[in-house]
Amino acid sequence: MPEKVMLPADFADAPISLWRRGLNFVVSVAAIGAVLLVLLPLGAVFGYLVYKGIGSINWAFLTQIPKPPGEAGGGMANAIAGSVYILLIASSMGVPLGIGAGIYLSEYGRGTGFGNLIRFTADVLNGVPSIIVGIVAYGLVVLSQGHFSALAGGVALAIMMVPTITRTTEEMLLLVPQAVREAAYGLGVSRWRTTLSITLRTATSGVITGVMLAFARVAGETAPLLFTAFGNQYWNWKMNQPTAALSLQIFTYAISPFDEWHKQAWAGALILIVLIVASVGAVRLVASRGMLKGAN
Amino acid sequence: MQWLIKAGDSRRADTAFFYAMIACGLSVLAIVVLIVYELVTKSSLSWHAFGWKFFFRSEWDPVNDQYGALPFVYGTIVSSILALIIAVPLAIGVAVYITEMSPRWLRGALAFTTELLAAIPSVIYGLWAIFVLVPLLRQYLQPWLAKYLGWTGLFEGPPYGIGMLAAGIILAIMVVPIISSITREVMTAVPQQQREGVLALGATRWEMIRTGVLRNARAGIMGGVILGLGRALGETMAVTMVIGNRPEIAKSLFAPGYTMASVIANEFSEATGDLYLSALVEVGLALFIVTIIVNIVAQFLVWTVTRGTPARSHA
Repeated sequence: MPEKVMLPADFADAPISLWRRGLNFVVSVAAIGAVLLVLLPLGAVFGYLVYKGIGSINWAFLTQIPKPPGEAGGGMANAIAGSVYILLIASSMGVPLGIGAGIYLSEYGRGTGFGNLIRFTADVLNGVPSIIVGIVAYGLVVLSQGHFSALAGGVALAIMMVPTITRTTEEMLLLVPQAVREAAYGLGVSRWRTTLSITLRTATSGVITGVMLAFARVAGETAPLLFTAFGNQYWNWKMNQPTAALSLQIFTYAISPFDEWHKQAWAGALILIVLIVASVGAVRLVASRGMLKGAN
Repeated sequence: MQWLIKAGDSRRADTAFFYAMIACGLSVLAIVVLIVYELVTKSSLSWHAFGWKFFFRSEWDPVNDQYGALPFVYGTIVSSILALIIAVPLAIGVAVYITEMSPRWLRGALAFTTELLAAIPSVIYGLWAIFVLVPLLRQYLQPWLAKYLGWTGLFEGPPYGIGMLAAGIILAIMVVPIISSITREVMTAVPQQQREGVLALGATRWEMIRTGVLRNARAGIMGGVILGLGRALGETMAVTMVIGNRPEIAKSLFAPGYTMASVIANEFSEATGDLYLSALVEVGLALFIVTIIVNIVAQFLVWTVTRGTPARSHA
């Protein structure tokens, strides 16, 4: 008797063994469990920040400088201002350098050996631990100036911003269709003008995304500021003087033995995270509107 | 459009612009060269004093100017490996759920939420760990581990809460988003036909994921894991706040330890004496070299899977 030929349709009715179905179920449950287990700390961190932080944020916290250890009251006004100050210094150096390097990679260095070298170096720089960047800024700025300073902190953060901005700028510029550039050349527009007024402009929202991501990344950095900006219990607006920063203040207060300072650390952390989540959220909003203006 | 064309002597401006951009590109290279230069020159004193033995001595005594980095190397490796043991299954589970199982409407929200974990600064994780995680460990997890797994020798001694275990757990929370976002990326790069083909052969969904997706993406997933390792090795603040900062080598995970990054964070600004500072920079140099190698390997592995698929924004 000839053997029956099995057609795919026959398999469709064949029951999947209990073992295979059971394993499928177990894995699905495990995956959902993993998601819940990962969301748990996220919820816990945000929950505690809001719960512990809100109670300690008040007018004094936002407008006063720290009181001596153990004394109630006082605030982090100088640290908030110091963070903004250091971030402004960092952005003023890191953003132009990063965008410029991104323009080089996409407009001039495409496919060249030197371009690949720069791209590779940027990726390497991205993986350098932030504490190492602190050591280098210490060697470059603090040692030559003779003391800790806002400038040193700014240099350290600028170094950390550059690779992120470079790579996103490059990616965004590469998305701009070649035809757009050719249209400009065809009208007799010079190359630099095309790059700035046509290509970069088309990719503006994408480039801003990269800048904001870099900003959010360094805004909460603490390690590179430990021995560059160093921290300060008082106001400071001089580039060459030690300056307070929100992240440094949170660290100092968190490891201190005073309850009053612990409360303020939570309040400072809440303000820091609001700042960061707001900028990441803004990025999502910009990104969802499309990376490119006009094109696509 | 006239203003665009008329503006300036275009050839000279073009050349100037080109050089300005190439200077920006060069600055990236210059930064890395500077980092290497600073680390190498500033650590030479310690290198000449101790040589290779620096990494095998466990004595760290600033008073007598004797330095050995073994406890820090040990602490860095153990805390990072502990973090990976906890984080890798979770991260892959999350990636599998998001790419293969979750309903479409949930996908974006979940991806965004896990990436939010990566946006939280290290110092805030540290703050949370000191006041929430450590007390939980001390009261619940550590007594339980000591009771049931104490015989392994890994969970012995007084449950301080603070120590290697706390550092490993907080590091795990911090590297999960990195590993899962890379895993997601490489799983998405696996062609859809691959999935359909395996399903058409009668596989269950898990069998499809295992044979059709994970097997094809394994090099990239490995890359993601190694990238997470790179992050864990260099992570400073959160670890410094909970690991206990004692340069000792203990078998028990309950005991306090010290890592390479946290010794620099704690002692650098107070280091008096050239040899002391030089020894700290040498620890930094070693950390730098290791993280660079780890990152390059990781990027190569991810690239082997995702090459050929169009570049995607990481935003």
